[in-house]
Amino acid sequence: MVTPAKGDYLSVPITVEAKKVADSWDPAKEEAAGNQCKGYGAAALMRLPGRLHITWQDDQTLRVDTDAGTQTRLFHFGDWKAPAGEPTWQGDSVAQWESPRVPRGMPPPEPGQIKSGDLKITTTHMRAGFLRKNGVPYSADAVLNEYYDIIHERNGDQLLVVTTVVTGPMYLQQPFITSSQFKKQADATGWAPTPCSSTW
Amino acid sequence: MTTTKLNKIAVGALLAVFAVRIPAFAEIDLSGSWSARAHEDAMDRGPGPYPVDYLGIPLTEAGRAKALSYSASIFSMMEHECMYYPASYLVLGPQGIKIWSDSDMINGKTVAWNISASNDRAPIKIWMDGRPHPSKIAPHGVSGFTTGSWQGDVLTSYTTHMKVGYLRRNGAPTSDEATLTLTFLRHGDLLTVAGVIEDPYYLTEPFVVTRNFVSDTVPIRPVDTPCVPGFEGHKEGGAIPHYSPGKNPFVDDITKLYNIPVEAVLGGPETMYPDYRKKLEGKYVRPEKCVRNCGAAPPGQ
Repeated sequence: MVTPAKGDYLSVPITVEAKKVADSWDPAKEEAAGNQCKGYGAAALMRLPGRLHITWQDDQTLRVDTDAGTQTRLFHFGDWKAPAGEPTWQGDSVAQWESPRVPRGMPPPEPGQIKSGDLKITTTHMRAGFLRKNGVPYSADAVLNEYYDIIHERNGDQLLVVTTVVTGPMYLQQPFITSSQFKKQADATGWAPTPCSSTW
Repeated sequence: MTTTKLNKIAVGALLAVFAVRIPAFAEIDLSGSWSARAHEDAMDRGPGPYPVDYLGIPLTEAGRAKALSYSASIFSMMEHECMYYPASYLVLGPQGIKIWSDSDMINGKTVAWNISASNDRAPIKIWMDGRPHPSKIAPHGVSGFTTGSWQGDVLTSYTTHMKVGYLRRNGAPTSDEATLTLTFLRHGDLLTVAGVIEDPYYLTEPFVVTRNFVSDTVPIRPVDTPCVPGFEGHKEGGAIPHYSPGKNPFVDDITKLYNIPVEAVLGGPETMYPDYRKKLEGKYVRPEKCVRNCGAAPPGQ
């Protein structure tokens, strides 16, 4: 909900190198250097308190906007090829539907036939950022795997469960696994895009 | 406040369209040992939360009052020593789980899924054979009564008839009318279990929590050492450990530690949602340095 104190890395399986980085965190310097979005990169974004707005940008691209940090993630289906260039906060995300199991004796679906189910996203080419806004780092070679599942409450509410696995041996001793829940709204009430901040 | 805590209340909202899981063709196998990952809510899933930290729990006034009356010394009373946590502790506690099925030996159908016990939680049996839940006036047990069904490759279970218990190991309560819905989401070697706890007395709205497990070849035992009560210093006939209204000495504990206002740690439905940040703006001053429960030093440190 708020940016924790320097040196609070409770529950993150960090390496010695990561601890050094986290212990040297200076939010004022980050702001001055224009790095205030370092805590809003793909590996951390879904853990930030806020709302999502999910739409189809085109037939092959699912777009996720967040009001926290006013960020946009693009999930690319099909045989999309990442453009060359510098890494970005949100990286390059490749999406695929995880198909339901096919019963014995039935032919497997053709690639591209599956249009729903639960969603697996793999993101690479991210700019190095913070897993936690207080400077707990992930490296530029980190890989982010995410699983998006929709479940239903008994009262009819729909929940999106996002399970996130961040792998990056430079700063993580083991894959960092978390999951977050989002409740579906009927409308855009509360949608409040805010800029990135290193301090709040 | 740690990010772990923050994320518990980072339940945002999903807007617009998202593909809904289509009915799948077949159930999947959940059997095996699953070790827990405590990469979030580490206090809850490790040493235990601060005595007064109900942040992110949609407590009613009654729930908050009961929570504030709680003293952990109650577990020194012999009749409380072996009081198990309810089935919801599966997604709230620290332990890994073992899952296995019972099959009908004639037709091979799965009759029930079992989830191992821990030293403070009874095993859970998820009946898959379509039997109904007991009547409302049937006795409540430490495991409750659970039925399940598959929706595609996702198992969903529903538990009723639990005994009174705790949502958090600091006295945040559940009543014996609480219910638990679990959804088992398996992605290869990763298992995410989503729990939705409803309680007409102590919660204003469903409390949602998820828990991550990883498939492990190290076997997890289906049961743990039986709990045997013994004398722990509480004499028969002595006072029941509790705090009277307004007398809980720990209310300011984490407000001082993390510089967050007392109304935040007392929980309530608004502390579940991202808009609560606005209420903290101007009241929260980030502590210069983490001084307690900051995380384990990496190996070699």
